[in-house]
Amino acid sequence: MKPAHRMHAGPAHIGTPRVASPSKNAHAIMHAPPGDDHSNVMRSMPERDRDFTPVTASMVDRHVLARGSQDKVVDNTNRKGKEERPDPIAPTPTCTSSILQEDPQNLVRRASITSDSDAIPADVNHHRVDEPQAADGTSEQVVRHHPNKARGQGTLGRSLANIPSANTIGIPTLGSHNQHDCRESKRSSRDIGTRINQIIPEGGFVGNLNNLPKARFNFVPHREVGLMTAVYLDEEFGMPCISMTPAGIIDTAECIRQMQERVGKWASAPPKEKVDHEPYIDQHTRSVPQAAWSSRSIDRQNSTGKRAVIPGDATHATAMTKIPSREMGIRACRAGTYCKHDAERSNEQVRGSRDEILVTDDHTEAGDTIGRVEPPAISGTQMERHVGKRLDTPRGVTSPPVHIQNFPSGYRPSSGYEGTNQIADSVHNPHTLGTEDHLLDILGGHDTEAVTESSPIEQDMLIRSPESQLGSSQIPRSVRGKTKGKTEKSARQNGITNITVEVMYAAREILGT
Amino acid sequence: MSMMKRFETLTLERETGNYHTSRPISCVARSHQKIEDSSPLVVGTKTCGYSPQNAPGAMIYAEPRYAMAESEEGDIPAQPNDHGESKRLCPRVIGNRDPSVIARTGTRTTEAIKMDLEGMAPKPESEIGIPIVVARANGPDYAPTQGEDTAPAAMAHRCAERYVGSVDGRDDHQPVQSSLPAATECPPKPVMVPPAGRETNPPPVLPGSLPPMVASQPNSESKRQSVRVWGRLPAQSYTALPSLGAGVYVCGVNPSSSRTATTLMRRRKRRLIGAPPPTGPDGTRAWIEKTRPVSGVQTQGSRERERQVWEGSKDYPDSVRGKPVFLTGDNPLEASPARSPIRCGTIVHEIGIPYMDKRYQAAESAPLRDTCRHMCIPMPRIAEKPDNYDQIQRMRESRPDLAITGTANANPSEARGIDTKRSVESTSAQIHGFTNARGVPRPVTRPLRRNDLGDLGWADLVKRAGDNDPPLAQR
Repeated sequence: MKPAHRMHAGPAHIGTPRVASPSKNAHAIMHAPPGDDHSNVMRSMPERDRDFTPVTASMVDRHVLARGSQDKVVDNTNRKGKEERPDPIAPTPTCTSSILQEDPQNLVRRASITSDSDAIPADVNHHRVDEPQAADGTSEQVVRHHPNKARGQGTLGRSLANIPSANTIGIPTLGSHNQHDCRESKRSSRDIGTRINQIIPEGGFVGNLNNLPKARFNFVPHREVGLMTAVYLDEEFGMPCISMTPAGIIDTAECIRQMQERVGKWASAPPKEKVDHEPYIDQHTRSVPQAAWSSRSIDRQNSTGKRAVIPGDATHATAMTKIPSREMGIRACRAGTYCKHDAERSNEQVRGSRDEILVTDDHTEAGDTIGRVEPPAISGTQMERHVGKRLDTPRGVTSPPVHIQNFPSGYRPSSGYEGTNQIADSVHNPHTLGTEDHLLDILGGHDTEAVTESSPIEQDMLIRSPESQLGSSQIPRSVRGKTKGKTEKSARQNGITNITVEVMYAAREILGT
Repeated sequence: MSMMKRFETLTLERETGNYHTSRPISCVARSHQKIEDSSPLVVGTKTCGYSPQNAPGAMIYAEPRYAMAESEEGDIPAQPNDHGESKRLCPRVIGNRDPSVIARTGTRTTEAIKMDLEGMAPKPESEIGIPIVVARANGPDYAPTQGEDTAPAAMAHRCAERYVGSVDGRDDHQPVQSSLPAATECPPKPVMVPPAGRETNPPPVLPGSLPPMVASQPNSESKRQSVRVWGRLPAQSYTALPSLGAGVYVCGVNPSSSRTATTLMRRRKRRLIGAPPPTGPDGTRAWIEKTRPVSGVQTQGSRERERQVWEGSKDYPDSVRGKPVFLTGDNPLEASPARSPIRCGTIVHEIGIPYMDKRYQAAESAPLRDTCRHMCIPMPRIAEKPDNYDQIQRMRESRPDLAITGTANANPSEARGIDTKRSVESTSAQIHGFTNARGVPRPVTRPLRRNDLGDLGWADLVKRAGDNDPPLAQR
């Protein structure tokens, strides 16, 4: 056992619904006790999804603990098949089923006999893999199931499309700015004349997974989810894969160059005109987004040589380490990932961009490091945001795990050319804010502080009893001033000069908080 | 006559239990925050840590006094080593916090591997010299707010035995009160003098956790009504646990504290006052009237007070009159808040509830029935262990104006044109006592008041592919 209470990556069975829930017409059945269908909340709240999350729990109760699930999972799978008519159903084991040592394969086999829908086992072991790994694994399992089935039925679409096209793999629920990244990648694909064949899992009709091999290559924008699928498709169909995050000007250009290369290589007939994306890259670097110019501009000069601590998942930590150091002159003094299974490659990527590596999934270690290094800015996960808050260090959230405020309604991609703009802002703004605070402190603070203290009008004849002061200390700070004001208003109206707890409560009754 | 019969019956239907809820351990963060000197140690898997991390949201960053002992693969075959692990972890959990008590909180993991938490507790307890109470808060057995009930229930065993003969009107028998804010130095002002020459019973102990600010309010309300309170479980700190003397009565303040109440009754031989929770003006009045006789104090004016409070919150009920409401049932706290919407004039179709302790909540059903009769609406259907899928079908048919439901179902319902209120909010809302009376209709009226925006033409915001998702509501 190990002590912990905050974790960067969730348990495995959160990963499976992350892949199942964005796919249209897929459903996950979790074999779980009440409350483990937390993924529904995550989809419905941070992502603000309008549809009921296609995840149902087959409840583990006392009876199940005592004698196994028996028919329960199978019955629930059949029931869901009738109610929702999904294409595949993925019965998902949780830590409870690991502990109960049930045989999910067998349950799935039984369910697939009776259910109208395909039952695909999400073969994830709670103790061996975490949330992103499980999402990656499930994605591969679903994809693997379909070409096999289609081959059996002779419906596998193997012929290459005439127009250059690509699959985007790995846009799961709860990714940081995933929806926006997806849109941005569609836009830039269109700009360079590459059609998007399939996007999985986001919005992908599972039935169309058969058409995956029609694309010329697979594009995996995030390290965490999709790589296994791409590797499988490479092995099975010889489809090349670009595993690269198009974040920052340099990497976006590199990504587009790789696409150009792949499109040419795999064309069924040599293209009539030579595909050349260089003018597009040049135009976008120089003029369309502002990132390149903004980093060049005099205003940003003062950021040069500033330090930052950058923890995060493999994709985002890598990108956020490379971009500031290569494009903005901001030095990452500690950078690394909590994705320990992928740390080696991640470290390889950021070699030369950071002073020391920081590979840990222990939030206290990350926090202590930040405390020791005292960087002028942090860009990390929500957890590091709070460390920053505690240490009064400016911070930006650039990597999952993220909160609802990192699912903005506005268009905020972090990849592609528009993404470079967003990253430039998110890197520079904390530094500027920090400088601003620092200058204010030097110059004597906000002059408004004295103004918002009590005004002379309130210094009238009211006497406040000590316990009413004590009582108001229990009122949340945000409404304390309002409550105080209302209490005093009510006291004046009723000719009360002595404010006690009772007066406070009475005012609350009549006037509300 | 048949109409009367319909009013009288409390229909309790049990469904499949496939409902969405939060895990009972997600309450640990909240409940232990209330016992200020406790240090909970949750023993479970990553999953068990993930829900409290997400459920209390930002609270996890406020250095909550709870820690996980995350079980790893090697821990699963429950080895005799458990004791060693526990001994190793406890000091790390305590850290520099210096808690008065460690609450070892069991989860379904400890349940499934049959870890003997209770049996393991005494030894490290004597070794590290800090009391260890065991609270089981596992999903298979408990619904969310019930998890909050298991720690106080475990602590009920630790309350000092103390003989309390009679209370002579002075408060020298109330050592526990000293730790309660707002009750300090505030001399009781009895409205009525206790009957002269007769010994009265000691005041009751209140099981059930309340937000700290609210906790002090029933005190002040009680003082006004001359109902004295002996102490609460959970108390604000472990060192301030109420002592339990013979003749101490027990009276719950929320519906999910049945376990604590039962423990007090069965193990500590205290007597239960069956009263509805003091939520809403009617509930508070009923609660005061029920607790009053055992205090032996005559109180008047509680009806008048109720009337005043209803008068004071009149602006709320007007906007909800006649609107149908549906409660899917996320935590056991919902039945009594359901009474208030009815009293405010809404028509409640269905009350879902994870679990109903019929005996403990017996006092709850009578006021609910009375309220329905008073407002001339039929008794709502009560669905125990509800099935969310079926409930959504029923919502589709009954087209409520408001659904009080779990977070997972809230946004999808909103997108289908049904106003929702997240039921989890009722667990932290301040709804107890006359003082917070306005807080009771607020959750119902706020979403309905949003309708004052008028029909902007985009109530139903879902694109539908097939016929398996027809609109929930058609306005």
